Amino acid sequence: MNSRIWTILRKETIHIRRDPRSLVIVFLMPIMMILLYGYAITFDIKEIRLGILDQDRTPASHELVHDLTSSNYFIVSGYLQARDEIAEAFLKRRMLAVLVIPPGFSADMGTKAVTEVQVLVDGSNANTATVALNYIKSFFVARSLQMNAEILRSPVNLQPRVWYNPDLKSAHFIVPGLVAVIMMMICALLTSVTVARERESGTMEQILVSPVRSIEIIIGKTLPYVLLALVDAIVVVVFAQMVFGVPFRGDPLWLLGFSLIYVYACLCFGIFISARVATQQIAMMSAMLATMLPSILLSGFIFPILSMPKILQLLSYIVPARYYLVIIRGIMLKGIGPVHLWMPALFLAVFGTLLLMISIRRFKTNLEG
Amino acid sequence: MQPTYSVEVQDITRRFGQFVAVDHISFQVEDGEIFGFLGANGAGKTTTIRMLCGLLLPTSGQARVEGFDIYTQTHEIKQVIGYMSQKFSLYDDLTVAENLAFYGGIYGLGRAELDKAVQNAMSTIDLSPYMNKLTRDMPVGWKQRLALTCAILHKPRILFLDEPTGGVDPISRREFWNLIYDLADGGTTVFVTTHYMDEAEYCNRLSIMHNGRIIALGSPQALKNEYQKNTIEDVFIHLVKKQIE
Repeated sequence: MNSRIWTILRKETIHIRRDPRSLVIVFLMPIMMILLYGYAITFDIKEIRLGILDQDRTPASHELVHDLTSSNYFIVSGYLQARDEIAEAFLKRRMLAVLVIPPGFSADMGTKAVTEVQVLVDGSNANTATVALNYIKSFFVARSLQMNAEILRSPVNLQPRVWYNPDLKSAHFIVPGLVAVIMMMICALLTSVTVARERESGTMEQILVSPVRSIEIIIGKTLPYVLLALVDAIVVVVFAQMVFGVPFRGDPLWLLGFSLIYVYACLCFGIFISARVATQQIAMMSAMLATMLPSILLSGFIFPILSMPKILQLLSYIVPARYYLVIIRGIMLKGIGPVHLWMPALFLAVFGTLLLMISIRRFKTNLEG
Repeated sequence: MQPTYSVEVQDITRRFGQFVAVDHISFQVEDGEIFGFLGANGAGKTTTIRMLCGLLLPTSGQARVEGFDIYTQTHEIKQVIGYMSQKFSLYDDLTVAENLAFYGGIYGLGRAELDKAVQNAMSTIDLSPYMNKLTRDMPVGWKQRLALTCAILHKPRILFLDEPTGGVDPISRREFWNLIYDLADGGTTVFVTTHYMDEAEYCNRLSIMHNGRIIALGSPQALKNEYQKNTIEDVFIHLVKKQIE
């Protein structure tokens, strides 16, 4: 290797080894983020506070309430006496949903074709409301079928089965994505300050009066972080798996290989920022802003890209996490390999190299802005 | 015999927006001499040095360093110059040996060449008691010597020193100048800026800068004779006062 790149690389490695702060960023921060995000971001809503307004008060109505709340999706947070209490219960957020069993419920059930039960849901949190409504709906569909089955056979019988994540646990979906988001942030943070730090301390000036070329500076400053970031990726994946029990169906070696390409792209993104800004503070702020929000919002980490407006869909093509998400979910949950994943990997490699080349071009070997 | 020039500057100007940092200056530095730039802060000394080192481009004018054009041949210039600034530009978290290895390495010195260069430098600047200590733990005077050593490992033909003695005690400053004399004796051209009047006396030739322009140029003795003053300090005050009037 070029001896000047080697010189810079060795010096950067010493910086990393002697700076405990960078090790905190690299190892402590991701673990904290995994815990924080892993537990906070969940769509599995449990223990919905359900109010009961039972105007029937018969054994049949009691049985209905008992059956509905025997799963841990609902807890009964109170019994109401009259309809006008519902609004107050919602306003005070004592209840998220209220089940209204009208008088004559049990009497109708034997005699009429349709028996009516009402559910009221607080829609101010649309997400929770939807989930609560779906739980209740499916409960009643199942119950109706059960009762009907004694009378007639249903003509079409749907047999649902969900692949790769049979229980639809959101952790299985979130945690691999979390790895993508965290790696993007950490890598960009790591390299973003390397050039700015030397600008601030004045050592960059000393380097610039030497015959070092910009390509040697940029590559010498990026390479040492690749190994560090790769170790970090392993730590994050192993830790996430231990804590959240996400299945790992594919080949860990392939994941490692693809992760190498991903961290390369992310580090190049950081150096791209670093080559342009003057201070470490701006570098860190830009790295955080430019990686965190797009990686969370535009990568398909939580929100499906296909349901975004066209312009955001287009924008998502330049978010590296989008590609790594496909890779890590594919390998961990589906157990697929390079045959299906070479496309996103190729994109990441091209993306990183492009940024690296732009950084080299834009990096001036003098002090002219 | 016609002297050969290490630096030739012709009518060079540098603006930063509306501000004229260096205003149409011309001078030559002879091979092997110690050439001083004396002036207050903001007189344009650093800007001039930065232009000659290829760190800044002039707005207009012509200049050559060791025969290389400062617009088009900066890469060639960088190979034959040494540079040390007031900031010393050392890595605090590296040991002395690691700093030397780094600055030697970016000039492409191999291990053997580097060892030889360090040994060479050690004959005048003995850093050996500090070799494996972190740079941040060294006294300022030693940091300055280390910075100088780092700047001359690749045996530059001309050494640019931008206020190299700022913030250093008088004894260390005196010793530092002895090192500069050693270098000049060895044939290295030294281009040094300072705002210390006593240091100005040590130069072979001196140019006094004020508001981006050179207001006097000559050997310290010639300047003192010309303006009939006993010290460079008096010459300097006399000239600057005249400028302000």
